[in-house]
Order: sequence, then C-alpha cells, then structure tokens
Amino acid sequence: MIESRAFKVSRVIVLTLLTLFVLFPLYVVVSTSIKPLSDIGGQFTWIPSTITLQPYIDMWNTVPLLRYFINSLIVTSVATVFSVLISIFASYALARLSFRAKRPFSLIILSTQMFPGILFLLPLFLIFTQIQRLIGLQLNGSYLGLIITYMTFTLPFAIWMLTGYLRSIPASLEEASMIDGTGRMGALFRVVLPVARPGIIAVTVYSFITGWSEVLFASILTNNATRTLPIGLQAHSNEADVLWNQLMAASIFVSLPILLGFLFVQRYLVAGLSAGAVK
Amino acid sequence: MTSLVESPEAPPETPDAPPPTRAHRWGKSLLALRDARLAVWLIVPAAFLELIIHIIPMLLGVWIAFTDLDQSNIRNWLQAPFIGLENFFRGLDPSNAIGSEFFATVGRTAIYVLVVLALSWALGMAGAVYLNSKFRGRGLLRTFFLVPYAIPSYVGTIAWAFMFNQRDGVINQILVDTLGLLPERPFWLIGDLSFISLIIVSVWSLWPFAFLMLLAALQNVPEDVYEAAALDGAGNWKQFTRITLPMVNQANAVLVLILGLWLFNQFSIPFVLFGPASPDQAMLVSPLIYQNSFLQWDFGLGGAMSFLLLIALLIVSVFYIRLVLPKGKEDD
Repeated sequence: MIESRAFKVSRVIVLTLLTLFVLFPLYVVVSTSIKPLSDIGGQFTWIPSTITLQPYIDMWNTVPLLRYFINSLIVTSVATVFSVLISIFASYALARLSFRAKRPFSLIILSTQMFPGILFLLPLFLIFTQIQRLIGLQLNGSYLGLIITYMTFTLPFAIWMLTGYLRSIPASLEEASMIDGTGRMGALFRVVLPVARPGIIAVTVYSFITGWSEVLFASILTNNATRTLPIGLQAHSNEADVLWNQLMAASIFVSLPILLGFLFVQRYLVAGLSAGAVK
Repeated sequence: MTSLVESPEAPPETPDAPPPTRAHRWGKSLLALRDARLAVWLIVPAAFLELIIHIIPMLLGVWIAFTDLDQSNIRNWLQAPFIGLENFFRGLDPSNAIGSEFFATVGRTAIYVLVVLALSWALGMAGAVYLNSKFRGRGLLRTFFLVPYAIPSYVGTIAWAFMFNQRDGVINQILVDTLGLLPERPFWLIGDLSFISLIIVSVWSLWPFAFLMLLAALQNVPEDVYEAAALDGAGNWKQFTRITLPMVNQANAVLVLILGLWLFNQFSIPFVLFGPASPDQAMLVSPLIYQNSFLQWDFGLGGAMSFLLLIALLIVSVFYIRLVLPKGKEDD
C-alpha cells in the first residue's frame, strides 16, 4: 500500500492508544505481583518500592492454589480429551460420509453450540441430585459431574470446528489410500489424522482454554474439595482483605500456560472458526 | 471400486459387507450404503452424549418451567406440583417487579451486545487496518494485542475489579487525584456506573477476537488490489471504504454471530467482576436466570425465563443455520 503522511500519523496515534488500553491492566497485574505487602492495601503505587518475588511463594499458602490448580487440570483435561476423541469420529462422518441423520445431527450440534450454559445447568443439577438419591453416585460436587457439564460446551465446539477442518483436507488423499487397499477407517487413521494434526491440536488447545476459564458450572457444581481455579480466585478476590500482590501473582501463574497455548494455535483458530461458521 | 476390499482396520460393525466381486457389480449405491452404516457407528458416541448432556436436560428444563419447583421440594423434584403457565405470568407480567425486571434485563442485554460488539469491531478494525500495513515491530504488536483475549477471561476481570475498587483503585486515583476530573470517588462496581464497567471490561477482553478475525480477512486481500486503486488515484480513505470494508463482509457476519451470541449469553465477566449477584443496573439475562434459580432457589421461575431464552435463541439459530448450513449443501 502506498501510505500517505496522514495514514502514517494516524497509525502512530491509533496504535499507541490501543497499546495503552491493552497495556494498562496488564501493567497493573504484573507490577502488583512483584510488590511487597507494604505497597498494597493503600493507594495504588505505579512503581513498586522494592521488587520481590515473595508473592509468588506466599500465594500457595494464602489460598489452596495447588488444589484448585489440580482440580482445574483434571476436569479440563478429561473433558477435553473425551470431547476431541469423540469428535474425531463424528467430524469425519460429517465431513466425508453421507447418511440420513446427517442434517438433523448437524442441526443439533450447531444449535446446542450457541445455547448458553445456564440452560443446561439447572436441569443437569436436578438430574445429578436425582441420580445421587437413586443410586448414591455423587455428581454434584464431584469431578465426574463437572466433566459431564464441561462437555456440554467442549463437545459441540470440537465437532463443529474439526468438521470444518477435515472438509478442507482434499478427499483425494484418502481415496488414493483406499485404492491401495485400506478401508475407510484405515484411511482415517493412516492418512486423514496425520494431515489433520494441526486442526486437532488447535481444537484440543482451544477446548482446554474454554474449560480452564469456565465459571458458571463450577460455581454451582463444585465444593471445597473440587473447587476450580476461576471460582477459587474469584471468591478470594471478593473477600474483605485481599492480598492483591499474591492474587496477581497467582493470576499470572495460571495464565501463562494458557497464553502460550493460545498464541501457538491462534492461526488455526481463525481458519477453524471461519471454515466452521461460514461454509 | 477397490476401496471395498476389507482391511485389517475395517470396523467390526460391517462383517456382513458383501465380497468385492459382488460389490463391483452393485457399484456406487452399495458403497453409499456401507458408508452410511459406518457413519452411524462413528456418530453414535457423540449422539449418545448429545442426548444426555443436551437434549434430555433441555426437555427437562421445559418441564421445570411449568412446575412450582423451589427450595422446599428440590430434594424430591419429580413430585413438584404442575402449575401450568403461572411461572410465565409471574415472569412476564410487566406490571409486577419480577416481570418488569425481566423485560428491563432483556433490553439491557440487547444494548450490552450492541455496544460491546460495535466498540470491539471498531477497535479490532482499527488495529487490523494499521497492522496490515508494513512497519517495524508489527509482528510483536500483533501478538501483544491478542493477550487480553488469550489469558483466561477471569484473570483480566479480576484485574479490572482491582482497578475499579472505589476506595483505592487506580481508576479513581487517576480520575480524582491525578487529573482532578471528579470531585469525589464514584463507585464503579455497584450502582449506575456498574453497567459502564461491565462494558469496558468486556470490550477489553473481547476486542482482540474481532481484531484477529478482521486481520485474517484483510490479509487475504491481494496487495496489488490496493496498488491498482492507488494508481487510479484512490487515497487511503477511499481504499478503506471501497476495498477494505467490502472485503471483510464475511468476517463481519462471522463476528456478529459468534461474538453476538457470546455476549448475549455472557455470564463469566459479570460473575467475576461483581460476584454471584450482579447489581441491578448491570444485570444480564444469564446472570438473572442464575440468580432466580440458584440464589433465590426459584427454579420454576428460572425455568420459565430459560424457556423464553431458548425460544428466542431457536429463532436466531434459524438464521444462523441458514448462513452456516445452506440446505442441500451438507453433502458436499
């Protein structure tokens, strides 16, 4: 593009403003996380009086951070792995095969993907209560119950995004393999899955990210033993005397893996959402 | 079709598939039949899960809307009395407190969706247009702009809650102490301003998504289109309105639908920003249903509101599906 002077000037102004908007809260988080206890509680100080990594050590004792972390990790990983495994098969059927239930099945996946969790939370809560009454299996407050509810949003999303991705892989690849004597399933495992690996990784990471930030189901269906990170940290942030430096240190700690994962898959995310959403 | 030759990996569900010689004669229709059978096996796990996590709960949710289910009979909810449309009369009568709050909340949610969508689009478009031009450090800036969306949304929201603190938050400190714009420290997380805070936090966390989608769309526009336009004397602004805007039409459609739905269903940002109960001035639809169901234990009323939400979303989904899944195109 041939850039006029006005364009270049406006570019500097707009990008500076956007940077400040993005940076401001991030600076508050990072600077607060390295402040000593004496710097917090009163007015916000822009520059820490001394820089300390103590909050990163103390945070483990102020809230049961490790337990929250493990709970989040278990629930999110299991829900993600199951969703992705199940969606690989379903997506392949949707992308490649024609069958009678295809349209109704697609419609259900598509519409449930857009429904808010609150529509499912209330009935699932009741079903879980009833199951516990009838057969004594505890689902409210247990990992299993939370994993089931997390699949309400990870599964349709994974199916939809992966279907879009598989469609973008030319069918001629598998056809060649099938001519060589492998059946459809052989072609799926030997040809399609290796080629679709970036898409599968993207869907996995993205499902994990969504579960990692989930608030609604976890706020009702967890107890002290199974509380996840967002609920644990949110509850702490609502207390009267919050140790903000430690809370910010914990925030950074729980964000880093997600941030790296996201930056790693964001290119596939755009392609996947566009392919899945407008086809 | 040699593809019908059985391989060791062939699924056990088709042991009765005819031998290749007959298949050769029957040709394509047989292949289609086999594919259809395989497809059923492939979608069975997903379909079974859909049934137990989505379809049965939704049907149960509809039933709840017609019952008097509350704290007293929650332990034995199958026996909850059927009260017909009473929950709807309570929830939808604009002349009583619950009904008027419901309608006000729907309207407020619509405003919230439109404002956040418009602001996110504007910021995302500005970022995308400028980062689509060549200058040093654009890759770094691009990654940096994605950070608010890439971190878990509750982390960003907790940070904003800290900043919006009335007594010693940095926002009041800037507005009152540093700039002297306001005589006294306003409350950002309760009262009238809470809606503004909610919008600011939502735009901050979600505009990078608009930015990401729009930048991807702009990068698909070939450079020589702009060069040709410039040769014909079109300035940067004219290039923007005549080339850039039309080229992002499809990305806009995706954005409005996906982001619009996310915002309409928004729960986590208000939950983390305000706590389990949002202030009245910032109450959105999902938090309202949550409050009626789980803070006031009036499941019947929550169910009735959910039912109305479901109907509204089904209407939206008709348009959505028409865009996403045109009829007759599903077999491509």
